[in-house]
Amino acid sequence: MGLTNRSTGVHAADAGLFIQKRAESDRVIALAGNPNVGKSTVFNALTHLRQHTGNWPGKTVCCAQGRFRTAQRGYILVDLPGTYSLMARSAEEEAARSFLCFGGADAAVVVCDATCLERSLNLALQTMELGVRTVVCVNLLDEAKRKHIRIDLSRLADRLGAPVVGTSARKKRTLRALTDALDRMTGAPDSGPPAPVPYPEEIEAAVARILPEAERLCRGRLNARWLCLRLLEQDAALLAEAEARLGVPLGQDAALQQAAGTARAELEAAGIGREALSDRIVSALVAQAERLCSGVVTHERPVYRQADLRIDRVLTSRLLGYPVMLALLAFVFWLTVVGANAPSRILSRWLFGVQDWLTALFHAWGAPEWLHGLLVLGMFRTMAWVVSVMLPPMAIFFPLFTLLEDLGYLPRVAYNLDRPFQRCRACGKQALCMCMSFGCNAAGVVGCRIIDSPRERLLAILTNNFIPCNGRFPMLISLLTIFFIGTSGVPGAALRCALLLTGVIVLGVAMTFAVTRLLSDTLLRGEPSAFTLELPPYRRPQVGSILVRSVLDRTLFVLGRAAAVAAPAGMLLWALANTTCGGSSLLSHCAHFLDPFAQLMGLDGAILLAFVLGFPANEVVVPIIVMIYLSQGSLTGLEDPAALRALLCLNGWTWTTAVSTVLFSLMHWPCSTTLWTVRKETGSWKWTALAAAIPTACGMLCCMAFTALARLFGA
Amino acid sequence: MKQEALCLSELAPGQTARIVALHTAGSMRRRLQDIGLVENTCVRCLGRSPGGDPSAYLIRGAVIAIRAADCRDILICPE
Repeated sequence: MGLTNRSTGVHAADAGLFIQKRAESDRVIALAGNPNVGKSTVFNALTHLRQHTGNWPGKTVCCAQGRFRTAQRGYILVDLPGTYSLMARSAEEEAARSFLCFGGADAAVVVCDATCLERSLNLALQTMELGVRTVVCVNLLDEAKRKHIRIDLSRLADRLGAPVVGTSARKKRTLRALTDALDRMTGAPDSGPPAPVPYPEEIEAAVARILPEAERLCRGRLNARWLCLRLLEQDAALLAEAEARLGVPLGQDAALQQAAGTARAELEAAGIGREALSDRIVSALVAQAERLCSGVVTHERPVYRQADLRIDRVLTSRLLGYPVMLALLAFVFWLTVVGANAPSRILSRWLFGVQDWLTALFHAWGAPEWLHGLLVLGMFRTMAWVVSVMLPPMAIFFPLFTLLEDLGYLPRVAYNLDRPFQRCRACGKQALCMCMSFGCNAAGVVGCRIIDSPRERLLAILTNNFIPCNGRFPMLISLLTIFFIGTSGVPGAALRCALLLTGVIVLGVAMTFAVTRLLSDTLLRGEPSAFTLELPPYRRPQVGSILVRSVLDRTLFVLGRAAAVAAPAGMLLWALANTTCGGSSLLSHCAHFLDPFAQLMGLDGAILLAFVLGFPANEVVVPIIVMIYLSQGSLTGLEDPAALRALLCLNGWTWTTAVSTVLFSLMHWPCSTTLWTVRKETGSWKWTALAAAIPTACGMLCCMAFTALARLFGA
Repeated sequence: MKQEALCLSELAPGQTARIVALHTAGSMRRRLQDIGLVENTCVRCLGRSPGGDPSAYLIRGAVIAIRAADCRDILICPE
């Protein structure tokens, strides 16, 4: 259902994982699976939580936990990041494996994709190899049915020696089979699953040589056979972690090391070096998955992705790929602008009506003027502005965006944009982080974890702010509308506004490319790393539930922000605007101080001050500008865009001021939450400072260049 | 049986091939193996992105985009 309150803002970065049981009988269940197989949907359905779900791989970037109860007992479900294997070669794989090995899970559920079972089973086999009791949950059965794929679940269970259940997690009742299987499994004594994968003879012999020593040391806390395989592979990271977590001196145990050394030498003599050994282990896993599936999975139609292929041929074609992308973006903006217009007016009229009523009430009570100013003119008016301007566009934009996300279009955007990113020596998945940033830049920064290479991840984090978030969008819309479209409702106005907005976003994307390229050539030099991106099948979005939940969620989000940020900011601002010192207010003093520099960028002191004070949250930038102008005592009442335009023009705004403000809004320092997230993700103040400095410098340069040009041509 | 081996990037959209050898090194090798790209796997090229690179391949029922640069060390035998 798209971004949620829990996945944006300060909640975006996770705070570590502590499992806390409520009762001794609670069981901890690890939820593992390939990326994009509906793991988060299973998690949400069972726990009634609302993790961000969406049709693209890598969306869950951190572990989440939730609880649920069956008739038998309570469970704690831990949602691991989506991985293809547990060989621990990326941060997610390491996190998943570490939790399965040492996190104290009583059992694991491996969610598999019914349309792609063979590959999913690879992970199930690896989980079983760890000695964790495993329920294989074959999800997306509905999708498989549509593609005429039939799966014989009981036959698979027999072959695997583990319970197999079939689900379609979007239909909650199908999860009953899963909870029943968990009840049965955790109710029975833990005997550990049988060794699921047979390896070539030489490798089995080598394992047998080390096994007695490993069993002596593990004493059931870690699967000995699995440990032997890792010893043969010389997986140093795992051995170190096992020593730390289990307190077993694997490295110093002479007998174990000697056995492992002999076994490795024997393999070497048989022509199986370290590389060849890893290859054979992986091949054995793949071959086992293939064997398990043969006869279990039946494709009733040989070519079963025909429809997807046809859509992809249009959406990613050489001729139409980019135009369709731009057209979709413009279309979404157009719907947003058209749809938001009327509700915005109604809301604002109503809220300002409430303001008048409050004023009357305060006067009737004979409340002091400062109290009325602080609470009504400061707090309430700022909140009213933020709500009426932000709520309608965001409640329309996000459901639409979520529809595209659920449909599976976002990975195609990454696929289309990979070539330009490759030219900038970056990763196409950066496009996915940019999409997240429409919602919240902090969420975008966390989303950069899907990029494996640290260099490319930093590139994505540093350029993330060029995409305007939730807080900046409405400001762009209203400035573009009142200065370039007119407020009188000209026909086609919404379309022009949508096109202008698309232009602004395209500029943001162009800046992302330019800055990424520049960084690749200077600070973050390096070659593009290897890249694989899964293009998931298109899925029919759950339109109804998206509309309801996404609108509701965005409404709560905007209202929450209005209360948490706009209200205190409004009070503070009113106080600053009405504390006079030497004839004018404190705000005016500050604005006056910034004015000469701001003029260079085509702004004025008030605008620049508003951006500075908007550091905690960009939503309040326009209310601050208004407050400063009002404190100079010129006008009251901002019921409609025409009044806002009149106020701005009265204070010397022209269309060039509006352009400069739009440019600066697109390119300035990230908000405090985003910077805090950057610090958390990069672990370095240097990169955090750069994440602020780079967009600010770009914005200043662009504004100055534009202003100089505009003045040159006499505008 | 032995035909002239091509690299995966030379596979044209719509064509199918079998993997002969995986000469990719390091983490990419493991990543490819994880998605099931081992010797003898059947691969079908579905299309190219608008910029001409990366290309989309059908590998064991999933569509995976891989860049031409990364395909260079994957040897195939067209069918």
